[in-house]
Amino acid sequence: MSEFVSGTLTAKNIHLSFGSNRVLRGIDLHVEKGTTASVIGPSGSGKSTLLRVMNRLIEPEQGDILLDGRSVLKDNPDELRRRIGMVFQQFNLFPHKTVAENVSLALRKLRGMSKEQAREDALAQLDLVGLKHKADARPANLSGGQQQRVAIARALAMKPEVMFFDEATSALDPELVKGVLALMTDLAKGGMTMVVVTHEMGFSRNVSDTVTFMDGGVVVETGSPEQLFTEPRTERLKGFLSDVL
Amino acid sequence: MDLQEILKQLGETFLDWKAIGEVIPKMFAVGLPNTLVLAIASGVIGTVLGMVLALMGISRNPVARWIARVYTDILRGLPPVLTILVIGLGFGPIIRQLSGSTSPYPLAVAALSLMSAAYIGEIFRSGIQSVDKGQLEATRALGFGYGPAMRLVVVPQGVRRVLPALVNQFIALIKESSLVFVLGLLASEREIFQIGKDAASTSGNLSPYVAAAIFYLALTIPLTHFVNWIDRRLRTGRPEKKEPDEAAAVVGKGAQA
Repeated sequence: MSEFVSGTLTAKNIHLSFGSNRVLRGIDLHVEKGTTASVIGPSGSGKSTLLRVMNRLIEPEQGDILLDGRSVLKDNPDELRRRIGMVFQQFNLFPHKTVAENVSLALRKLRGMSKEQAREDALAQLDLVGLKHKADARPANLSGGQQQRVAIARALAMKPEVMFFDEATSALDPELVKGVLALMTDLAKGGMTMVVVTHEMGFSRNVSDTVTFMDGGVVVETGSPEQLFTEPRTERLKGFLSDVL
Repeated sequence: MDLQEILKQLGETFLDWKAIGEVIPKMFAVGLPNTLVLAIASGVIGTVLGMVLALMGISRNPVARWIARVYTDILRGLPPVLTILVIGLGFGPIIRQLSGSTSPYPLAVAALSLMSAAYIGEIFRSGIQSVDKGQLEATRALGFGYGPAMRLVVVPQGVRRVLPALVNQFIALIKESSLVFVLGLLASEREIFQIGKDAASTSGNLSPYVAAAIFYLALTIPLTHFVNWIDRRLRTGRPEKKEPDEAAAVVGKGAQA
């Protein structure tokens, strides 16, 4: 896997409420350039919301987001999102477009590439995820694992500095999980800065550089995989790990 | 009166081939073109206005939403003939003073357009709202603004889903275009129904109505089948075989999407 121009991402004291429900209550997360941070925790702990706040799909009520040490809250949010790729649990490929068009759409419309150039770039990107031969298929004719790899190619095509994965393997049939995790591992080893919200404890433990355990909208513990998985300090993390492992 | 006589009388009333034959050239020369112009013009204008209404209806601006709601409720709640009369007779004098034209034809198109916009707007809105929220989210995550994301990804999917309902609305419009006779159009502006009506009243025979019916059915039945065809196509998609994922093939079991 090629080298990436990655950035360092920092979230500082992020607060967010939906009505009276305080979803995020002062979250700090620091992801050093070229490293992978995994975020684990029970459902409803605010992990997915945190990702959406960090690329400003949802605006935080309080706190700051820094990319390469500079606050991005005053930037145009659309431009920020071009620098951060995101992969979703439900893939969210565009069903009315071919696989190649899914990948080339943003290149044409946002990067101003010609149709031919964008297709060429898209094919190269699809080749990296092993799906060049599916370029002219529709997403509905692909398996879940293939769809998720296309979604990863679509995000990578924009040459992002950071990649977000929101439970990218949770909707996949068990036998398809491995292919997607292998691709994510390649990206991590290639030096991409990644934030991975996941229920795959194996990935979290073996691939990520740091692990953050969230519960109830706060960071309960954060540290190296060894620390969190072998010597959890809090009862909450101990309980969570005994539930999922 | 025995059965044979009844049948004979009905035959003379509705199937007077001479009366039908006499009205057909005028149907082709005047009636059909006018019906098509009325239906297509108001169909196109209604679709454009309908899209505007749909986007207002789902907008985050409460004023836009309210305007779309009130407009839709009123125009959908009135009998078509009333709307056509009110717009045609009410705005006629104003148009006459502004443009000098005495033809109610543009007002007929306007009335039909405004009516169909209300229905088409609701069709589009339901289609757009049925598109999964993840589509907008994924498009915005790539760095598109709200407008381009709607235009490039969400709206095309929503419209595709409601194509059958949209074509049904066009069928309704072809039929409703017959109501413009209440505005008293010039002889050259009359559509299928009124050509039939005129011929029926001068000849005292109802067969010209049968001729009109044949013309309407020739337009609407193919469209109805077109709707069914799109519907089937949308439901089943193009026939294409799913292939098992190669990652899955290693495990030995075909992948299900």
